[in-house]
Amino acid sequence: MTIIPTGSRSMSEVWTTRSGPEPVEQAEPEQPELAPEIVFEVRNLAVKYGSAVAVRDITLDIASNEITAVIGPSGCGKSTFIRCLNRMNDLVPGARVEGLVRYHGEDLYDPKVDPAQVRRRIGMVFQRPNPFPKSIYDNVAYGPRINKMRRNMDETVERALSQAALWDEVKDKLKRSALALSGGQQQRLCIARALAVQPDVLLMDEPCSALDPIATARIEDLMEELKRDYTIVIVTHNMQQAARVSDRTAFLTTEVDDSGRRSGRLVEFDRTATIFTHPSDPRTEGYITGRFG
Amino acid sequence: MSIDIAPPPTPEKLGEGRAPTGRTTDRVFRYVALGAGLLVFVILALIAWSTTKEAWPAFKFQGLSFVWSKTWDPAHMKFGALALIYGTVVSSVIALALGVPVSLGIALFVTEVAPDWVRRPVIYVVDLLATIPSVVYGLWGILVFAPAVQGFYQNVADFFSGVPVFGLLFSGNPVVGRSIMTAGVILAIMIVPIVTSIARVVFATVPSEQKEAAYGLGATRWEMIRGAVLPHSRSGVVAGVMIGLGRALGETIAVALVIGSSAQITARLFSSGDSMAAVIANQFGEAAGIHRSALIGLGVALFVLTLLVNVFARWIVSRSAHEVATGAVR
Ligand SMILES: Nc1ncnc2c1ncn2[C@@H]1O[C@H](COP(=O)(O)OP(=O)(O)OP(=O)(O)O)[C@@H](O)[C@H]1O
Ligand SMILES: [Mg+2]
Repeated sequence: MTIIPTGSRSMSEVWTTRSGPEPVEQAEPEQPELAPEIVFEVRNLAVKYGSAVAVRDITLDIASNEITAVIGPSGCGKSTFIRCLNRMNDLVPGARVEGLVRYHGEDLYDPKVDPAQVRRRIGMVFQRPNPFPKSIYDNVAYGPRINKMRRNMDETVERALSQAALWDEVKDKLKRSALALSGGQQQRLCIARALAVQPDVLLMDEPCSALDPIATARIEDLMEELKRDYTIVIVTHNMQQAARVSDRTAFLTTEVDDSGRRSGRLVEFDRTATIFTHPSDPRTEGYITGRFG
Repeated sequence: MSIDIAPPPTPEKLGEGRAPTGRTTDRVFRYVALGAGLLVFVILALIAWSTTKEAWPAFKFQGLSFVWSKTWDPAHMKFGALALIYGTVVSSVIALALGVPVSLGIALFVTEVAPDWVRRPVIYVVDLLATIPSVVYGLWGILVFAPAVQGFYQNVADFFSGVPVFGLLFSGNPVVGRSIMTAGVILAIMIVPIVTSIARVVFATVPSEQKEAAYGLGATRWEMIRGAVLPHSRSGVVAGVMIGLGRALGETIAVALVIGSSAQITARLFSSGDSMAAVIANQFGEAAGIHRSALIGLGVALFVLTLLVNVFARWIVSRSAHEVATGAVR
């Protein structure tokens, strides 16, 4: 298989519109002065676990107040990639991140940068709901407490739970264990917990994979709302979900090199509408149509 | 969608057909397990019964004052164990107060902080501590530690003299090297390995999702430990501490050598004292009649004490497990 990196094909189009109603896809001339703020600039990112390269050659920009979806087959490195954006991979022994990630222009991997500060601003929701074995209230309050945002804790908790569309269901049992909630409620609790520290970016790694369609729909609505205040990056296996909620989509896939080593790569990154209607790479088309059948 | 794999032939009724081979094994296993479980009870009951029987003459002779009176004076046929119970409990509490924080610290260090090449040697050395016979600890205590530490105790006592609570605790009548405090310190060293290794196992079972959840909210390592590791490990750690306490309460020879062998009830921790196990070890050889029976009575008291501690520990563990499940937590 020959490989033509196409990841940066649409770089110029990244600087197009801000959020809001999507204009019809058109050859908009580059207008740097109207450019939406770029939150992440990722350049030639590669991650190695020991000697195995999990992903490489990822170059893309993530714009403020947009939802960026990351799709691709299992094992292609979606989680690995998204975990680079808040330095979660630091916690994996043997993981090495190469290349450049800039967050609001600052090198995220600069030795002077404090990973705890990074993660405080760039929140994360995981694939499996992982509430602490504490009360609902304490779960949400955990982040604000450790970040010394102790004022009006009740308000903070209520706001976060409301934002996550969970308040009405739990307002009478805030002191009850979070583990007594259903899976979907737990996931929304985890979203509330992430929102409570008022992050700038929300990274979501398959947040709906354990949820039923109703809970999924709720979380999708929620993302649409959160977009006003947050920048969202979501990994999903669900094509329809990516198509429905995201503004831009990155498609990653696994490639096997001549010596049989597998590694993930960015194939295409573009506006979601383009990816789903006129993908420029046959592999993207294959993946998408395979799912839509 | 159709599946082409032929299903195994189904017998007409559920009770028919070939009995699965596992069934017999299962039954045998159940009886073996049940037998083993019952055996423990039988042994426990036998020990309790026979020791109580042996101790009975002393209990009858001394009455309730066996546990109420603090005068243990075999020469004058006085067998009040209170001072010995006191020595046992206080030296064990000191052991916990000193040993548990150290153990938890080591366990957290090796599970959460240390890189691989540090972790292994540390674990190895701590486990090695557990293999040292207690008489060696005792000899070290009496020959090296106690003489060396007496001056230090004196300095501490001078430093705290006049300070409310501490002035009393950190003093002696007189300050001696072989003291309740020294027994506590030696016991602390002796319980560190077991408490550490239990805590280590418990900490290692904390799911990485929990840790990532904490880190993902901007927690530092210590905040992650407080938020994710400790709440998750509470009941396991309590169990480990209780096992350590059990060891400390029952430790005989090391305590017998370093505690000073003069029973008294005093808040002054740098004074000599005595413990139940130590008295048994020191006096059993030349004891006869009521005296011998009273020493066995001490064994019974010790047995009851450890039993109570264990019941209490179970209760704490089940309560905190319940709290976690229902969220009746702060
Ligand atoms: N902690 C790790 N140590 C070693 N290899 C890892 C680790 N995590 C992931 N990998 C490897 O990196 C590659 C990418 O994994 P990753 O979890 O990022 O895939 P993914 O795209 O998120 O897959 P999925 O859709 O199944 O979640 C895989 O080959 C995986 O085996
Ligand atoms: Mg994944």
